This record gives sequence, C-alpha cells and structure tokens, in this order.
Amino acid sequence: MSNIPTELNYTASHEWIRREEDGSYTVGISEHAQELLGDMVFVELPEVGDTLSAGDDCAVAESVKAASDIYAPLSGEVLAVNETLEDSPELVNSDAFGDGWFFRIMPSDVSELNELLDADDYQAVIDEE
Amino acid sequence: MANKTVLFQKHLDANAKMVDFHGWDMPLNYGSQIEEHHAVRQDAGMFDVSHMTVVDVTGEQAQPFLRQLLANDVAKLTLPGKALYGGMLNHEAGVIDDLITYYLTDTHYRIVVNSATREKDLSWINAQASPFNVLITERPELAMIAVQGPNAKAKTAQVLSDSQNQDIEDMKPFFGRQSGDVFIATTGYTGEVGFEIILPQEQAPSLWQALVDVGVKPCGLGARDTLRLEAGMNLYGLDMDESVNPLAANMGWTVAWEPTDRHFNGREALEVIKASGSEKLVGLVMTDKGVIRHGMKVFFTDAQGCEQEGLITSGTFSPTLGYSIAMARVPSHIGQTAEVEMRKKRISVKVVAPSFVRNGKQAF
Repeated sequence: MSNIPTELNYTASHEWIRREEDGSYTVGISEHAQELLGDMVFVELPEVGDTLSAGDDCAVAESVKAASDIYAPLSGEVLAVNETLEDSPELVNSDAFGDGWFFRIMPSDVSELNELLDADDYQAVIDEE
Repeated sequence: MANKTVLFQKHLDANAKMVDFHGWDMPLNYGSQIEEHHAVRQDAGMFDVSHMTVVDVTGEQAQPFLRQLLANDVAKLTLPGKALYGGMLNHEAGVIDDLITYYLTDTHYRIVVNSATREKDLSWINAQASPFNVLITERPELAMIAVQGPNAKAKTAQVLSDSQNQDIEDMKPFFGRQSGDVFIATTGYTGEVGFEIILPQEQAPSLWQALVDVGVKPCGLGARDTLRLEAGMNLYGLDMDESVNPLAANMGWTVAWEPTDRHFNGREALEVIKASGSEKLVGLVMTDKGVIRHGMKVFFTDAQGCEQEGLITSGTFSPTLGYSIAMARVPSHIGQTAEVEMRKKRISVKVVAPSFVRNGKQAF
C-alpha cells in the first residue's frame, strides 16, 4: 500500500504537486509511480526558464525497467530543477515526496489547479489500475 | 495457478516483489535490484533457481545420445564432474535451448535446461532419445540455489557440513560434484565465482535461511538479468530462439566441428550457414544518458556507404559500469561504432565483444 500524503495534489499520470509559500509549485512523481518503475537510473529534467504548457512531456524518469515521460501538471515557467537527481537518481526511490522532487514551476493559469486530483481521487486512480 | 518453488514463502517473508516468470511466481527483487546486483559483484548474493529443469540422462548410450543431441561434444568431458555449455539445435540449426551438461560417469550425465522451454525441451529430448538405450529422468523433486560473488564460496563453506566441504575442496571452475544427496557445482550466470547447489526440496528452505544468516543477500530476477548481461551471457528467448543459429548468437565457440564424422542435430544446416556467412551478436556500450532496450534498432554504415541495420536483443543499465550496455544481432561486417535509435533520436554507441564485466571489473 503506497503512501499518499493528503496535503499534496496529484495527476492521473502519477505526478504530485505541492504549493510553496511564494506561490510556485513543486512537482515530483508519486511513491506508487516509483514502485512501478523500480530502481531509477537516469532523470532528465527541464531547463530553468523553460515555459511549459500543462500536459507537456517535460522530463524523463528512466529506471532499470523503463523510460517514463513526466508531464507538466500546470502551465508556467520552470523556476528550479533538482540537480542532485543527476548524480543520485535513487532519491526518487528513497524519498519520492521529498528529496526526490523534479522541478518547481510558477503557474501562469491558476485555474488549471482545479483539474488536479486530491489524495482520495488519486487513490481511486491507483485502485482502478 | 502459477507454479511456486519450495522457497516461495521465504521470498514473501523477505518482502519480495513477485512476478510471473513463464508460469512461475518468482522474486523480481527484494527492494532494490541495483543493491542486489552490487552484492553479487562485491560480496555474495543468492538466487532461487529452483524453477530450472534438471534432467538426468542415464544408460549405456548416454554419451552417443548426447553427442547427437548437442552441438557441443560431451566426449570432451573426461574428468568426472566437468561441465559443458552449449546449444541443443533442431535440424535447421535453430537453437531449441541452451544448457549446461555435467559429466558424472560414462552412463550418467546431468543437464540443466531453461524453465521457459521445459515442455518443448523434454518432448524433443524424449523423441530424440527413442533410438538410444537411455533413460531420460526429470528431477522436479530437486531445488536449486545459486550463490554468487567474490565471497560466495567462503560464505557457503560456513553453512556446509564438514564432509560436504571436504568433497568440494579441490573443485575447479565449471565442475559439479555429488556430496551425499546434495549436488554442488562451480557454475553460474553472473560472471562471478560461486556455487550452484542442487538439493532435495525439503532441505532448500533451511539452506536458504543458513545462507541469509551468514550474510548472503537474496537477489531476484532483476539483478540476475543485469548480472548475466554484464557477463555477456545469453538469455534464451531474447538473445536467441529457434529462429536463430548459434553462430548468430555468440555461441560459435560452443559448436564442436571436430571430429568431422560426429553427426549432431543441425550440423548439415549449420555448415551451409557457416559457408554462406551469418549475422553475429555483438556488445554495445553507450556512455550517454539513457538505456538501450530489447527491440530497439541499431544502424551503421558499411564500407560501400550503405546503411545497415541490426536489432537489440538485450539491453539494460549496467550498475557496475554506470551506463547502458546491450547485445545486438547485426550484419557481420559492423565496425567499431554504430547508432542506436531510442526515443526518436539516434545515439552513438561503441561496438565491443559481448562481455562487459568479469570478476567485478570492466572486461572490454
């Protein structure tokens, strides 16, 4: 049974989203997603300053098993990326909701937040798999 | 209903992630397959390989039968216990399976074949055996544990009895020996030293636990695959099958052409293939980010400037090297570099002999 923190939002494609104090949002992949993928070996991140549209494939999580696209949950500008994943992709496995974060984005259209799932919705997505 | 080995409960107790492997419920990993991989390269790990099929070939004509059945020649085996790797071919020289044969006596050989191919192997072997005075006996009551790694032998010695340790004391690599009701072999599928232990099922859980207690790490199919691929060892069904001849699967060294009057199944077809030239299996190394995977295409330009194409048979991330390695079947005149098509891009790779890591060190 995967851990699904209730203070986060989610997408059906297994990203999590956390609001930061400055109004930006941090994005990663869920514990469930990293369990499915297995040991992470490479992570490709967007560039700081990139402008993303919601739904863009903007990063790649590559595990021993498969390469998996990561989709932008919101439109906006990339403020920061987690460079430690370059050398330590295993952080995605060991701390998916913390040190294993992928990037931070400043949303350009906050109405997109309404499209995100809460923890219960996301649990339902997993249950249907 | 999936088959379960006698160690199934041990795997569950250790929180293994279980997957279906050709009809068997087997451990994929016990947490991190990369940690398991490193345990085998640096210390000692073990695998439940009880799903593999152990077959004893006994009788007066055991040797002539196997000399026809296998492309390698069991007549090379003169020291008791000596093992031999090779292919079992059909009449078109396609590989039905790859297997290890242990020579126990002139009238008793033991072969270990893949579980995924068990049914077709047994039916082929039995059909081929009919003109010979031999007995083919599958041994499903035996379990099998592979202990591998630089410390595998020392750790295993701690859990074997004194008499077992005495019996295997001077055993060289690629041998097997019966000690009481336990068969201990210095073979494996990782490129490290170690043992493969074939024993009565009821003894397997206690041996497994004893090995855990001396610090041997349980390893799943995930690590088994990255280890064998680093070692340049084929996986049946990926790197070869019945549509592939042994020369196209880096198994040419296992075909015993001498003596020329030995008839083995597939010989005539293979001689024709050899004369006309065959594709070959090479190793690929990619130091860029990304992982080469089974089914991807590889391209190179030949001396005439024409683009040639081959296919990735196995690909993975090499935990020992820190980048991707692969095996590819390609036209035989490939040079030292090529390009692999992945995620709509072409990435350049180095072409090497298909052996990447031996005894913990880079091998190319």
